[in-house]
Amino acid sequence: MSIGTRSTLLHLGLIALLFVLAFVLPSYHQGNLARIMVLATYAIGYNVLFGYTGLLSLGHAMFFGAGMYGLGLAMQYGGLGVIPAFVVALICAAVLSAVVAMLALRTIGVAFMIVTLMFAQAGYLTVLYFGAWTRGDEGFVIAQSARQIAGLDLTQPTTRYLAALVLFSAALLITARMMQVSFGSVLIGVRENEERTRMLGYDVFRHKLAAVIISGTISGAAGAGYAVLFGYVGATFTSVQYSIFPLLWVLLGGAGTTIGPLVGTLFMFYLIDYSSGLTNAYMLIAGVVLVLLTLFARLGLVGEIRKRWVAWLP
Amino acid sequence: MTRKLMTNRRTVLKGAAAGGLLAAAPLAARFASAQSSAPIKIGFQQHSTGIGAAYGRWYGRTTEAAVKMINDAGGINGRPVEIVAEDDGTDPKRGAEVLEKFANQSGCDVAFGTLFSHVVIGSAPAAGELKLPYFVVSEGHHVASGMLNRYTLQPGITDVKSQVQAMAPYVSENLGKKVTMIYPDFAFGHDHRDYFTAAIEAQGGEVLEQIAIPPTETSFTKYFPKIPRDTEVIYHVMVGPAVLTFVKELGEFFGPSRPEIFGFIDSLEAVDLASPGLEFLEGTYFWEGNPRYAQEDQTSHDKMFREAVGVDANGASVSDPKDVSTYAHMFGCWETLHIIKAGMEAADYQGPADRAKLIEAVEAMTDMPEGDAHPQGPKRFNGKTHQVFGVQYISKVEDGKLVKVHTTSIEDTLYPDEVDYTTMSF
Repeated sequence: MSIGTRSTLLHLGLIALLFVLAFVLPSYHQGNLARIMVLATYAIGYNVLFGYTGLLSLGHAMFFGAGMYGLGLAMQYGGLGVIPAFVVALICAAVLSAVVAMLALRTIGVAFMIVTLMFAQAGYLTVLYFGAWTRGDEGFVIAQSARQIAGLDLTQPTTRYLAALVLFSAALLITARMMQVSFGSVLIGVRENEERTRMLGYDVFRHKLAAVIISGTISGAAGAGYAVLFGYVGATFTSVQYSIFPLLWVLLGGAGTTIGPLVGTLFMFYLIDYSSGLTNAYMLIAGVVLVLLTLFARLGLVGEIRKRWVAWLP
Repeated sequence: MTRKLMTNRRTVLKGAAAGGLLAAAPLAARFASAQSSAPIKIGFQQHSTGIGAAYGRWYGRTTEAAVKMINDAGGINGRPVEIVAEDDGTDPKRGAEVLEKFANQSGCDVAFGTLFSHVVIGSAPAAGELKLPYFVVSEGHHVASGMLNRYTLQPGITDVKSQVQAMAPYVSENLGKKVTMIYPDFAFGHDHRDYFTAAIEAQGGEVLEQIAIPPTETSFTKYFPKIPRDTEVIYHVMVGPAVLTFVKELGEFFGPSRPEIFGFIDSLEAVDLASPGLEFLEGTYFWEGNPRYAQEDQTSHDKMFREAVGVDANGASVSDPKDVSTYAHMFGCWETLHIIKAGMEAADYQGPADRAKLIEAVEAMTDMPEGDAHPQGPKRFNGKTHQVFGVQYISKVEDGKLVKVHTTSIEDTLYPDEVDYTTMSF
């Protein structure tokens, strides 16, 4: 069996497993997994830029927020339905990521991190500045009655779970396919040795630009998905901690792996959920676990599995 | 953190039943008439960490004291009350997750206790979808504005719109009619800006200047020259760690000749008035939801409330005078828990199937007289808007203590309904 076939089977198997889980999980864990899949979509978007292209952004919350507010404001003030508002959200995230990329990609390394961080902070303050529409830090609710697609009630737990699964699957399959074609190989080339890739005749800037736009748009899709599935749009999601989260999830799960973002998000979610049941100092527990993982599983959970046992893991 | 309080009563019940002592034991007899002796579980969405942690700590102590009082008096419908506390990190995403945990994992009957508005608004959709009665203690205008849903209520604390509006008559009659407002440039500050500007104009006054301070600001000196010279009153509602710097720099700017100053105690909740730099506040005025310092005319209800929660006459913990309470807000937890009790008893609440009946029972409430269940003062609940209204206090700083100088009427706080939640289906 070729590596490509194995990868496809793995991804389809994972999606099938998640589908089955919709009907067997207790309601609490079903709700959690719906949330995790939306957040993992965000992590998948982040992984395109960080894991495959080697660009460490500290400002992805602005793309998540662009999708969230693109959809939220379009529904709240434009009166749009879920699907058209989702398209608006994707356009917002794509345009924002293109503009940010044009400027931020003039820098590299630490400067790229700082520039993206600054852009994201500007995005956060913009949300607060236009408080008359965004309700600033308080945010606003998307009415339960508006959260429907063709009669399907997205506030109903199983429907919401399946909608989250569709979003997650689309992001997973798109990125998995992307890494099977030459475009993905060039991104990895950029990550491994940018100068050599340029010397081989590839337009590095255009590839990095495309990576930022794809990464930002997937992140925006996750933001829009969160808003419509959970009914809330707020500035907290554009703050710096929501730029750090996808970095953590991807590092934990395994940068540059297709299923690492899901594994990392899942791990982190339940780590906090369970440890907060034990003590108020649950962030200390989370911190210690993260330090241990960094020391003993530097490639992340899936990355270590690939290195030690399953070399074909995509 | 999940903490289970008052579980001893359940254990006692079990032991008593096993020993055939149920009817004889005085403690068990209190719960004996109940159809079920299983505890009523109240999910407490607590700000244990994050920006709301100081409030969360005191909301926790107040909740513990209220539940002890309710259980000592026989619980709710003869069943003991158990609090399931869960930290939301003062984060709206985690807040919604915590509500799901209450409803689907911990088996809570209702959820309660959220303060910060963004956590309330982020969590309320989940409450509506889970059909989980959600009693917030937030003072935000979100409930009464109609933004939320039938399952979200605020029966234990007044909202910012009524508080701000009720201040305008006193400010215009006693302090001055030309006001400059200094407020943080986010939703909380914008609420003050909008509601107070309208209210002072209705009193024949005017707001000369609205100075919005960006939330990232750490020094304020450059904003003070914007204060017009003919300002008679400065109205300030700065919050967060920078408030001490704000007051200190304001004092340095004005020196001994200053206009009258009126602020919201939100700025200084959990902050000792004797903190260095706050001397400038001497002689200035504050809104207080509930007077922090025990007043000369202190009611027996306030005395009882202070003792039960463990607060001294200066508003600090009896065990640590430096641990200042969030006295202007935390009574809301106490009163909300008593309303949950009253609502459950009126609805003959037996379990989650009766949640809609509980909501209707609370919606039917109107006047709530001052008493041990309502130590802050009398209240009037509006079932249509799911919002309670009550008296507000204005205090003046004298010798480093807040001395009450005015009590508003409930009528001062009323405004036309903006929503009728009772028309929404369950």
